[in-house]
Amino acid sequence: MVQVVAKTGNEAMAEAMRQINPDVVAAYPITPATEIVMIFSQFVADGLVDTVYVPVESEHSAMSATIAASAAGARAMTGTSSQGLALMYEMLPIASALRLPIVMPEVNRALSGPINIHNDHSDTFAARDFGWIQIFSENSQEAYDNMLQAVKIAEHPKVKLPAMVTTDGFIISHCLEKIEILDDGTVKEYIGKFPAYTKLLDTSNPITLGALDLQNYYFEHKRQVAEAMKTSKDIILEIGKDFGKKFGREYGFFEKYKLDDAEMAIVCLGSFAGSAKAVIDEYREKGVKIGLLKIRVYRPFPDEEIAAALEHLKAVAVVEKCDGFAAKGGPLYDEIKSCLYDKKQRPLVIDYITGLGGREITHSQIIEIFDELKHTASSGKIKEAVQYKGVR
Amino acid sequence: MAQELGWKELPEGDALKAGTAADFHTGDWRSKRPIKDDKTCINCLFCYIYCPDSAVKVKDGKVIEIDYNYCKGCGICENVCPVKPVKAIKMVSER
Amino acid sequence: MATLKELAVREDRLTGGHRMCPGCGAPIIVRQALMAVKEPVVVVSATGCLEVSTTIFPYSAWKVPFLHSAFENSAATMSGVEAAYTSLKKQGKITGDTKFIAFGGDGGTYDIGFQSLSGAMERGHDMLYICYDNQAYMNTSVQRSGATPRGASTTTEPAGKVKQGKVMTRKDLTECMVAHNIPYAAQTIVGDWRDLTKKVEKAMSIKGPKFINVLQPCQLGWGYRMDLTIELGKLAADTCFWPLYEVENGKYTLSYTPKEKKPLAEFLKPQNRFRHLFKPENQKLLEELQADVDRKWELLKKKCDCFGTEK
Repeated sequence: MVQVVAKTGNEAMAEAMRQINPDVVAAYPITPATEIVMIFSQFVADGLVDTVYVPVESEHSAMSATIAASAAGARAMTGTSSQGLALMYEMLPIASALRLPIVMPEVNRALSGPINIHNDHSDTFAARDFGWIQIFSENSQEAYDNMLQAVKIAEHPKVKLPAMVTTDGFIISHCLEKIEILDDGTVKEYIGKFPAYTKLLDTSNPITLGALDLQNYYFEHKRQVAEAMKTSKDIILEIGKDFGKKFGREYGFFEKYKLDDAEMAIVCLGSFAGSAKAVIDEYREKGVKIGLLKIRVYRPFPDEEIAAALEHLKAVAVVEKCDGFAAKGGPLYDEIKSCLYDKKQRPLVIDYITGLGGREITHSQIIEIFDELKHTASSGKIKEAVQYKGVR
Repeated sequence: MAQELGWKELPEGDALKAGTAADFHTGDWRSKRPIKDDKTCINCLFCYIYCPDSAVKVKDGKVIEIDYNYCKGCGICENVCPVKPVKAIKMVSER
Repeated sequence: MATLKELAVREDRLTGGHRMCPGCGAPIIVRQALMAVKEPVVVVSATGCLEVSTTIFPYSAWKVPFLHSAFENSAATMSGVEAAYTSLKKQGKITGDTKFIAFGGDGGTYDIGFQSLSGAMERGHDMLYICYDNQAYMNTSVQRSGATPRGASTTTEPAGKVKQGKVMTRKDLTECMVAHNIPYAAQTIVGDWRDLTKKVEKAMSIKGPKFINVLQPCQLGWGYRMDLTIELGKLAADTCFWPLYEVENGKYTLSYTPKEKKPLAEFLKPQNRFRHLFKPENQKLLEELQADVDRKWELLKKKCDCFGTEK
């Protein structure tokens, strides 16, 4: 039974957590993700879940306790944002090295400093190299669907990796949208029992977890994580397809919007795709062949698939809410350019770093981007490869 | 030494079976070895309870053996031996 | 409480073959503590000497379930294990009675792990935290920590021409734990197996968060002959440098009163880290250190008188 309800991103994620009914949640408040754990705490207080909630004193402890609970054999979750994620950074690669299928909602917010509470992708992008699967959501419905799929993906025996599901701070987390919620029984059946791969609590079969790897073992363990990440690509697609079959909304690595017959396109993540699609429609009406590729799965990075989707284009605008401060454009620009490198024919790529600290990306800015894209496509020349859009 | 497995064979997730250090011998760290005099030993078990290397073996309340595979020769056992005037454990040079 | 003969019947839960220094006090603490627990036990450790030397892949010296993840989070990690246990037990997914012990060195407990410890104690997890306190960062070559006593020479606060080792007095972590209003906090030493095992046994009988601070002589960092570990522990208690006491639900009890309180110098003298204190020009500092020990000992006795168990 499907129920249509109005939920903010945070409410949708908390609702998904209630239905997932994890054994342990350890979390710490942080804007704009706080609501998720507030709502979830009420579920705990009302006895709606079996979860033991650990109200830790920091995000570092949140991730530490979540790792430990997962290692103990429990389905364990936490949730965070920005500085909280940054405080977890030390623990993130430990979760993947121990092969613990933790699922974590992550509400994208700009990293300090200066301190800012609004949306960009600097927090999640900075956590891209820690062996976590990263799934971005455009809206509350995707956030909800992605949470459920993330559990299946992370816990898959061929994957066994932690996963974070992101929404954009305030833009999605606090925005009320109409979404479809599955009924509790369906979710319970869909996600199944937690397959505890490590059972620290099994005192009759004692194990040691988190041993010191020196030069002779560290590399092998890291190679295993690399392989699992690679393998997870097939699983993500399989689960996305199956989700479509079961519940009517199919998911892949990315969403293509009017892309196949396009001559130029925008590549982006998260909520911005919504605004961009509206402007694309306006241009399509004028006969301009423009499309969009919205990346859903940022880790593992589906490079071959993205390259195949973009190679036919004349020009691509990467619109990203993060600056890597590498003096050569943002992280997504890097990856899009690099995945196209092996293609005989490839589009010109421009990077637009925008929206930092929640700065609004206006309709007219999108038009500017599209017009420049048009000019680039027709002239075959890039005026300026890396640009900051919307900054004074 | 255990065979060093490749990434495909190695169990995933940095997990180990318990107690495998028993296969690793630290006896060659020693420059002095404790020798126990069974005749004077009163089996107070101080050497057992204070050994950092679990090298003193006890059975039925009696010290039966010092396991030289593990003993690093620190000499704590000699130091805590209460037998007087000559201690029941003496450290002697490995040479 | 268990006698030595009774303890010796129990399984040694730490094997030999670990790579701790010869004469190290930390594995002595671990062996004795785990021997004192009759039930199945799960162990967590902070990064540090104990963890790196007992779990060099593929060799683990732990015969009980053991988890390590990072330096500053031993208590938070145990919170997660204990929460998982509570949850799975509540749901009927596991049975039995399991105990939980988290270990951390003084660096991982007094300093970088202080917040994590404080949080776990405040939240009331059913666990025992044991600090093996060797009074400096020994795993990384004897850097000063919040546990380093005044006057001790360490590699980051060494004695020199114008400075005589650590300037500040050490943090009193046991009292910090008492201030958390936990049901049980205690201090003991390597060198009194009876006191240590008794305290662990008592801690295991109490539900909720427990803390035991164990002074652990370190031959490398303190600079003494490696066979003297037990003797130095005893001297720490006999000089009242490290009083043995426990606080159960706010009630203070001295576990040991030396027949004759020895001068602090007897504890300091065998240790290289205090060598400079015996230069004639440091006489005054040595006297101040003695006065500090005396003052704290008197204060502790007063606490035992005022807030002690009824006689």
